[in-house]
Amino acid sequence: MSDLRDLYQEVILDHNKRPRNFRIIPQPTHHADGVNPLCGDRISVDLDIEDGVIRDIAFQGAGCAISSASASLMTEALKGKPVGEIDHLFEAFHNVVTTDCECPKGLGKLGVLAGVRDYPSRVKCATLAWHAVRAALDARAEPVVTE
Amino acid sequence: MSALPVLSNPPIFDLARIRADFPILRQRVHGKPLVYLDNAASVQKPKAVIDAISGCYSGYYANIHRGVHLLSERSTVAYEGAREKVRAFLNAASTQEIIFTRNTTESINLVASSFGDQVVKAGDEIVITGMEHHSNIVPWQLLCERTGAKLKVAPFTDAGELILEDYEQLLASGRVKLAAFVHLSNALGTLNPVRQMTEMAHAHGIPVLVDGAQSIPHLAVDVRALDCEFYAFSAHKIYGPSGVGVLYGKKALLEAMPPYQGGGDMIRRVTFEKTDYADLPNKFEAGTPNIADVIGLGAALDWLNAIGLDAIAAHEHALLAYATAQLNEIPGLKIMGTARDKAALIAFTLQGVHPHDIGTILDREGIAIRAGHHCAQPVMQRYGVPATARASFAVYNTGDEVDALVRALWKVKELFEA
Repeated sequence: MSDLRDLYQEVILDHNKRPRNFRIIPQPTHHADGVNPLCGDRISVDLDIEDGVIRDIAFQGAGCAISSASASLMTEALKGKPVGEIDHLFEAFHNVVTTDCECPKGLGKLGVLAGVRDYPSRVKCATLAWHAVRAALDARAEPVVTE
Repeated sequence: MSALPVLSNPPIFDLARIRADFPILRQRVHGKPLVYLDNAASVQKPKAVIDAISGCYSGYYANIHRGVHLLSERSTVAYEGAREKVRAFLNAASTQEIIFTRNTTESINLVASSFGDQVVKAGDEIVITGMEHHSNIVPWQLLCERTGAKLKVAPFTDAGELILEDYEQLLASGRVKLAAFVHLSNALGTLNPVRQMTEMAHAHGIPVLVDGAQSIPHLAVDVRALDCEFYAFSAHKIYGPSGVGVLYGKKALLEAMPPYQGGGDMIRRVTFEKTDYADLPNKFEAGTPNIADVIGLGAALDWLNAIGLDAIAAHEHALLAYATAQLNEIPGLKIMGTARDKAALIAFTLQGVHPHDIGTILDREGIAIRAGHHCAQPVMQRYGVPATARASFAVYNTGDEVDALVRALWKVKELFEA
């Protein structure tokens, strides 16, 4: 059970049960849907961006604990950040969930998802929300797909 | 919690000996003994099948049908011998009615293309059920797109039983050219009354295709008793190798149908002006087939016949009853698919835990199950769930393995409810 605790840490289970920013933004400046065809999970992300800064970000959808917690933690991490930092953060996060790298300090709470690296089949769950944010910024009409 | 039920029906064969036939089952996964409960996706292979395939490649492999040399003759005899074994297994009238394909999906696509394009016109209808696997939906949708025909879907109850009155109503439109339905639902475990459904279709003069992908390893299928026009299944679900499928078709229909693919082996005579096609079954087997794996399927049927499908079914039903009772003891666990006539698979959800998380946690306990939509997304939509977890049983599974599953599910609850 101990290795499962590395994946399902308290913070992840908490964000799964009580996801933060789990709502819609009535008139978002950016919006996208993400789909993981492997499991059928869907997520939608709303952003309110003003002067290049993420003023508000929210998500909705049904998914596993990893994808729900990752989306919830992502919204907390991105709120208030300049849009220009998203790619850099995603890259750092992606490294943390796919490689044995040290977790950079700048990632903050997102680091709790590092356990995903030992579960390759779950990496797509952890990155789905991030792909949706990128799609929202690119103003893609089609849902982004993790495949 | 009440006292746990006991496995009421001890296996009528030597389960330890059967398990010993499967080299893969001896391993440990994440340090735990492997408990393989993903049999509806694909079953493991007995040594007899592995040996038959490697024996072909190391002993007598060559291309079939045209060789004048000894190896080709031996390969041809073994390949055609496997066809006879399939014929006998299905109780088909003739080996000409047994077509080897890649899998169930290709068998269905063959019928949709060859029979469908010949017979189905704009305004016609194809009837399927709401519990089909994508492989018995999409080929018909493609046919409908090509021809302007319509797909009609017979609904099922909350328990997962087909509503025969609605099915009858769909058949009665006068426009239906084919009824295609699953024998055993991979998402619900429902065993459909295929003989009755075939009779109902025939009463309207409608031919029938039965998707037997899931049913074939669990119960005896007699295509002449069923009287269906087509029956499709895959070798890999019946202890044979992946890469081989079977299409049974009534001879008169197969003879009237145009070839599915063109190429070698399916011709009698080719000139640039005109090609005469080979007789059945070769007309539908263009190109070099999957020789060694077809021979592997023959070995799988021999292995299965030695145990007997009745004994297998009895053992699996005992496992199903035991597992169903045990799982129903877990608070928050809901079984999806509670048809009276059911085979050995259980799809379920656990309140507050996504099936993928269940799958990951069980995997760390050495238990392989399926989590997801099981290629039956319309079934998930019917119940309003994104996915389910599914444990499916085979001849080699034991009551102890059901116990391991139940213990692991309690661990899932412990982790998520902490």
